[in-house]
Amino acid sequence: MSDQTKAKPNGIQGGIGASIAVAVVFLIGWEWGPGFFNIPPYIIPPASSVYFEFFHAIEKENLFFHTGITLLETIAGFIIGSLMGMIIGYILGISPKAEFVFSPYILALQIAPKVAFAPLFVVWFGFTVYPKILVAVLIVFFPIMVNVLGAIRTVDPDMVNLARTFNATRWQIFKMIEFRDAMPPLFSGLRIGATLAIIGVAVGEMVGGSEGLGAVLIFGGGSGNTALTFVAIIMLTVVGILAYVAVVLVEKRVLHYLPRSEFNSI
Amino acid sequence: MLDSPDNYRIEYRSVGKQFVNIQSTGNHDEFIIAVKEVDLAVRDGEVVSLIGPSGCGKSTLLNMGSGLYQPSAGDIYVDEERVDRPNAHVGFMLQKDLLLAWRTIRKNIEFGLEIQGVPAIIRNERSSELLEKCRLSGFEEHYPHQLSGGMRQRAALARTLAADPSVLLLDEPFSALDAQTKMILQQDLAETLAAEKKTALFITHDLAESVALSDRVFVMSQRPGTIIEEIDIDLPLRENPLARRHDWQKDVAVYVTRLMELLHVGELASEVEI
Repeated sequence: MSDQTKAKPNGIQGGIGASIAVAVVFLIGWEWGPGFFNIPPYIIPPASSVYFEFFHAIEKENLFFHTGITLLETIAGFIIGSLMGMIIGYILGISPKAEFVFSPYILALQIAPKVAFAPLFVVWFGFTVYPKILVAVLIVFFPIMVNVLGAIRTVDPDMVNLARTFNATRWQIFKMIEFRDAMPPLFSGLRIGATLAIIGVAVGEMVGGSEGLGAVLIFGGGSGNTALTFVAIIMLTVVGILAYVAVVLVEKRVLHYLPRSEFNSI
Repeated sequence: MLDSPDNYRIEYRSVGKQFVNIQSTGNHDEFIIAVKEVDLAVRDGEVVSLIGPSGCGKSTLLNMGSGLYQPSAGDIYVDEERVDRPNAHVGFMLQKDLLLAWRTIRKNIEFGLEIQGVPAIIRNERSSELLEKCRLSGFEEHYPHQLSGGMRQRAALARTLAADPSVLLLDEPFSALDAQTKMILQQDLAETLAAEKKTALFITHDLAESVALSDRVFVMSQRPGTIIEEIDIDLPLRENPLARRHDWQKDVAVYVTRLMELLHVGELASEVEI
């Protein structure tokens, strides 16, 4: 096993170089491209002005405070949403009857665009953090529930029979086989959920309230400060990446028993 | 004396099984008869093979023996107790090793004991003993994906033996292995069964395997499966199949030819040629 982790092949090192080159070309294009094509800075501000706006926003707009609010809402929405997705997914997975009863409604809810609920939640909960968290919960819930449900359904029946030949109880079969066997798909769901949570929070913040990066985004757009909207978008992306990386790190610890090739690189 | 019933470890008494045909179109349930009128008994310490064409109900017989489901007719007894649910007297092993990916080899071997609530100290003792016996020492902290197919199957055997069943039901345990690994594992199994004085009922497709490993071979017919012949393998060295194959080559070949005739292997082959 250890020899697999050593020495990345040369192809990958070359790939890292090419990746950095892409970033450099992109930044050069962003900095001088708009001037070259006569695009005014209030449409596309050059990279440098976004860079300066970033420091300006830290001082004048309390950027880190808004980022912190968004981060906390994202974490709260993600954790609540994934816990609910797991619990409901496991329950429906082990009870085909419950799945039969609830599946049409779950499907309908799944198709409904979750962000469309944001204005409704603002009406219900006002300009607080709750509408934002709630949209994130709703949006995170489904991919996780669907993955867990599918995983429980596809547990090898011979595996369950093996446990039964040892006289396992229903609870033991769940605890020792089904629960664990659903872990890899659960983590695929959590990865998707981590990237979706930030969407729910951002939309919630854009719809109502004056706190969070979504509110900064709306404020920047409304006041003609395009560079500020770019800063907000970048910070939203950073928060999303943080959530995703956190999930990947936990996954590597929990699923340490899987062969390395079964981990996705991204 | 051997035939007195109290020497039987597992006994099928006119066992039949039918399943509802889920593809049936009519209003009435149609039944598929998987096996009928199967009488079969394995004495203490005996290794008996069950061979027959695909789909003849061999696995159905084994599943009923392990108590996973009930016969539609007749009864099955293990240690003179009627089998009406899964029980600790019977150990079960399949072609798939069914090792749990998230458990180390040691924890996999202890799986059955853990379900049965055996305390950790005793589990540990038992698994250490079996790791040694199944030549898996040094791999106790490995995960299944780190082991070869043969080693995984040895771990599965260790898990089956850990619960100390009085009868082992083996459903083609080696059919997914390559030819060489298979022979080594047959040797391991035969030695272990002899050393532990275990009783085994063994399904296989491999006619030579059935002759090399068993005391008796039961031959089953096409579905609805029933037993059409019982052959005593009158050769020594059951605990050493490699030597049996080597030293008794001709006799093994005669038995295999006999089994081929019973299963009409030659006729089926010529049909294919046409």
